[in-house]
Amino acid sequence: MSTRSTAYAAARARKGLWQASRVLVLRRVSQFGFLALFLSGPLFGVWIAKGTLASSMTLGVLPLTDPFVLLQSLAARRVPATTALIGAAIVTLAYALLGGRSYCAWVCPVNPVTDLAAWLRRRLGITRSAKLRPEWRRWLILAILAVSAATGTVAWELVNPVTALHRALVFGLGYGAMGALAVFLFDLLVAQDGWCGHLCPVGAFYGVLGRVSPLRVAAPRRAACDDCMDCFAVCPEPQVIVPALRGERTGSGPVILAGDCTLCGACVDSCPERVFRFTHRFDTRTDASAVPPSRPARAGRAPSPPDALERSAP
Amino acid sequence: MAKAPASPPPAVPARRKALADMARLAGGAAACGVMLAGFAQQSKARPAQALRPPGALDEKAFLSACVRCGLCVRDCPYDTLHLADWADGPALGTPFFEARKVPCEMCDTLPCVKACPTGALDPALTDVGKARMGFAVITSRETCLNLQGLRCDVCYRVCPAIDRAITLEPTHNARTAKHAIFEPVVHADACTGCGNCEKACVLAEPAIRVLPLQVAAAAQDAHYRRGWEEKDKAGQPLVDAPLKLPTRLPGQNGGAP
Repeated sequence: MSTRSTAYAAARARKGLWQASRVLVLRRVSQFGFLALFLSGPLFGVWIAKGTLASSMTLGVLPLTDPFVLLQSLAARRVPATTALIGAAIVTLAYALLGGRSYCAWVCPVNPVTDLAAWLRRRLGITRSAKLRPEWRRWLILAILAVSAATGTVAWELVNPVTALHRALVFGLGYGAMGALAVFLFDLLVAQDGWCGHLCPVGAFYGVLGRVSPLRVAAPRRAACDDCMDCFAVCPEPQVIVPALRGERTGSGPVILAGDCTLCGACVDSCPERVFRFTHRFDTRTDASAVPPSRPARAGRAPSPPDALERSAP
Repeated sequence: MAKAPASPPPAVPARRKALADMARLAGGAAACGVMLAGFAQQSKARPAQALRPPGALDEKAFLSACVRCGLCVRDCPYDTLHLADWADGPALGTPFFEARKVPCEMCDTLPCVKACPTGALDPALTDVGKARMGFAVITSRETCLNLQGLRCDVCYRVCPAIDRAITLEPTHNARTAKHAIFEPVVHADACTGCGNCEKACVLAEPAIRVLPLQVAAAAQDAHYRRGWEEKDKAGQPLVDAPLKLPTRLPGQNGGAP
């Protein structure tokens, strides 16, 4: 599949290196920036954010609590103290406004790990992948809440590789690194985008919040799409692109509305025709003047969507 | 254009397929759930040497409230608290300390309790003297130096609640027949389980250890009532005074000689 190994190549050639990797660079800055807020204290004695992603206190005034962790506590029939409730309300509101799964692409410490696995997959030409259903993770949410209720524990936190990796990085524990290693191997060798795209209930929960988010990615210049398939090759949730990009025929708007979209902007970076951009969900304008470039058909391009697309078909 | 009605729509097979699909997903999630539930139950077994921070709810309630954020660990000025890693024993990511390594220094201001966002460390605890992290027990009477008749006294001297949580009780030394044994005795009404005694025990293996409350400090059965306490409460004997018998010494009360 040359599509995967050459993704970004056309974008780089046409837009330049910066325009073809701008969002990715910003994402890495964001991810490591969030980590730095937690690490400046233990490393340099400058305390900005204390705690972990499960619950934190920033500068002694801003409490933040992961709403999915809090929900497990509630399922275990424990009403947490006010600080945690306020913190969870702030986080819920923030992600409901800023994209939900933007947590996954811009904050989560596991994302660089799974991005690395996906990148290696493309580089090494690994195309074999176990077929998992993206709906899985939403069923896992239900199972986790049921287990929390039945056992009276915050059950997922016993195994959650996301908070475990963050704890490992911030507090220097070993298991988090092990869990992340397992996720890396799973994504590299077993299933493409296996963890973030199919299993992780934390991301799935933020995806539910993101369904109402005003901040979205859209394809206003979809008329310029020449079906190079690069966006599908780099998107961790390729099924979300279809209605927006191909909507002209079906009457769908150009905004990617699916909660599964992580707002990672890989489509924005990788598209040589600048079809995608960040915008708000009510921005349904499309650029009618956009036309596909009259380029010779490129050899080796897949004529139909890669199998990543069919994964989402019911 | 009168044609025979079209063959029955394929709704039923489609629905059946959707249901089967759903059952498959639900079954998979249930399988994961059952394994996770087993693991969650297992996580309630906390090893005896792992103590919770001051104000921690009882273990069952604690595991439903603690979100493993580590804020208590961060605010502990003595680096007493740690988050549990995989091999440590307590539920992953929960805060604990081992008295023999670093005991709780019982800060008056209770920074760990104040840092807890969820109330897993109960904010109702404002007096550290009322904390019950565990209970100190002389676990090795055969090696405790004081119980051999020496004057070690270290556990007693380091106890932040000296003379209340640990007292020295003199008893007869039967071995020498002329010395005393000063036995360290721990009192449940004052011992917070801070672990300073266990940390300070001079032996290679401590003779005094802090054990979890459910192991070491059993609650009295609710139906027991202590007669002497009930008597104090009532302000009078609870039963009629016993018969007063005459003293029958010679020459008194006109008794027989």
